Amino acid sequence: MKFLVCISNVPDTTTKISFTDGKALNSTGVQFIINPYDEMALTRALEIKEAAGGTVTVINVGAANTEPTLRKALAIGADDAIRVNTEPTDAYLVAHQIAEVAKKNNYDVILTGRESIDYNSGQVATMLAEMLNLPCITVATKLEIASNEATLEREIDGGKEVLTSSLPFVASAQKGMAEPRIPNMRGIMAARTKPLQVLEATGDEKLTSSVAYELPPAKQAVKLISKDNVADLVNLLHTEAKVI
Amino acid sequence: MVLVFAENWDGKFKKSTYEAVSYAAEIAKMIGGNCVAVTIGNVSDGDAKQLGKYGASKVLSVKNDKLNGLVSQAYSSVIAQAAQSIGAKAVVISYTYTGKSIAGRLAVKLKAGLAAGASALPSSANPFTVRKKCFSGKGLTDVVITSEIKVVALNPNSYQVNATGADAVVENFNATLNDTDFKVQSKEIKKTSGKIALTEAELVVSAGRGLKAPENWTMVEQLATELGAATACSKPVADVGWRPHHEHVGQTGITIAPNLYIAIGISGAIQHLAGVSSSKVIVAINSDAEAPFFKAADYGIVGDAFEIVPKLIEEVKKLKAHNN
Repeated sequence: MKFLVCISNVPDTTTKISFTDGKALNSTGVQFIINPYDEMALTRALEIKEAAGGTVTVINVGAANTEPTLRKALAIGADDAIRVNTEPTDAYLVAHQIAEVAKKNNYDVILTGRESIDYNSGQVATMLAEMLNLPCITVATKLEIASNEATLEREIDGGKEVLTSSLPFVASAQKGMAEPRIPNMRGIMAARTKPLQVLEATGDEKLTSSVAYELPPAKQAVKLISKDNVADLVNLLHTEAKVI
Repeated sequence: MVLVFAENWDGKFKKSTYEAVSYAAEIAKMIGGNCVAVTIGNVSDGDAKQLGKYGASKVLSVKNDKLNGLVSQAYSSVIAQAAQSIGAKAVVISYTYTGKSIAGRLAVKLKAGLAAGASALPSSANPFTVRKKCFSGKGLTDVVITSEIKVVALNPNSYQVNATGADAVVENFNATLNDTDFKVQSKEIKKTSGKIALTEAELVVSAGRGLKAPENWTMVEQLATELGAATACSKPVADVGWRPHHEHVGQTGITIAPNLYIAIGISGAIQHLAGVSSSKVIVAINSDAEAPFFKAADYGIVGDAFEIVPKLIEEVKKLKAHNN
């Protein structure tokens, strides 16, 4: 079974975000990691590969500074990595780059995270599936594969749905799919020599552009209420905030 | 022209649907033309024409037994066909789980740029600029869609419903269905029964490690019931299995934007705040006066949850009794 897992390079979850002149993320001192949902997808791919055989390739669309993140994916257990050398500034552009690679390689399963924690759009999986004319299961919390059929569970509004899909397919991982692994020293050593192929981008068409950034408006100071006057809180929520 | 996908659940619309239609009607005023809605599945004509109130001039009703479940791939194809039939320059959908499963596919079919998770009306029609959250609520960004057709996926609970219009005309719309759109088969739907879905809830009561043991959630659930709220929890609590994962809100869980979020015994780590910071009003209840949540909250009580929550339940009961 051939897996392709799409990896986004994102600021660590604890990062205090700031912007440079409202035009770009201020990346000074920011540590970049594998997008957590992508890591869940990667771990599930590795679990299935270890049980049933196959290969797991990771792909990132990004500049050379994202390579440490790809090396981490190799340390966790991916067999090889591909980096498409262009800035990932638009979901359509990113999906197109990955689709071009996928068309040449006959992957059985293509996985992404349910969204990246930087742009929170969750578009690449469905765009990619459309470009490849494949089924797509989004926000999937479970994935099993047996005799050329996959069984997945996805989040739907008001519950969950169990689905089956033929292979190949695309799915985006949500929490629950797998618990991320911490790479061990052997994995880290092995990652140094695993293949990391750099491909030039195919085309540069973009359909959107993020032109400005700002921080959300600052919160006013909290109104503290004494624990002996709980009634005051209910009163304030009713008459002042008007939310109950 | 603007097309809006009016999502239904078992034939009924929810508030997020009306938000999307109201939003699409405003975009139609900005870019010109009418707002047309498309429904897929078993929506009665009586319900469909109600979308006129929210600004739809016409409703295209697609009925086909093969489309009663959420067949995401076929849905995006049907919506794309409806958009093409009316010459839509903008398509609006709700960014619910349904919307997430179709948005990207729809955008590619229409060769349209997509603003996913929009939180307000476009600030400008030309260039078409939409604001959305980024960095899990820690930032905001203005996205310019440069393609001729625009797709906007609107975050639920971020736009005011506007119900001032008259009934809409309902027409049947025949969409072509392809067999390749039905490769995914639904086997089972597990409904979160009897409870309010977290992502749609206007009020949310959430608790964390401060509650010390899973059995102590009885009072949290009771408070939620009294308020008509959904329940949520922090990551550590879901990780140890005290609460189900689908209740976990935060950076790696669910992102919510209710009118009221009550956090009980949750310290307020930056990852948790990322999932709830868009709530309109936040109440923090924590025994530690230094808990970071008090910096993010609008109202706070420093004290023992086991003392405060039962009192809160009583006070909410009194308020409800008084209002009735």
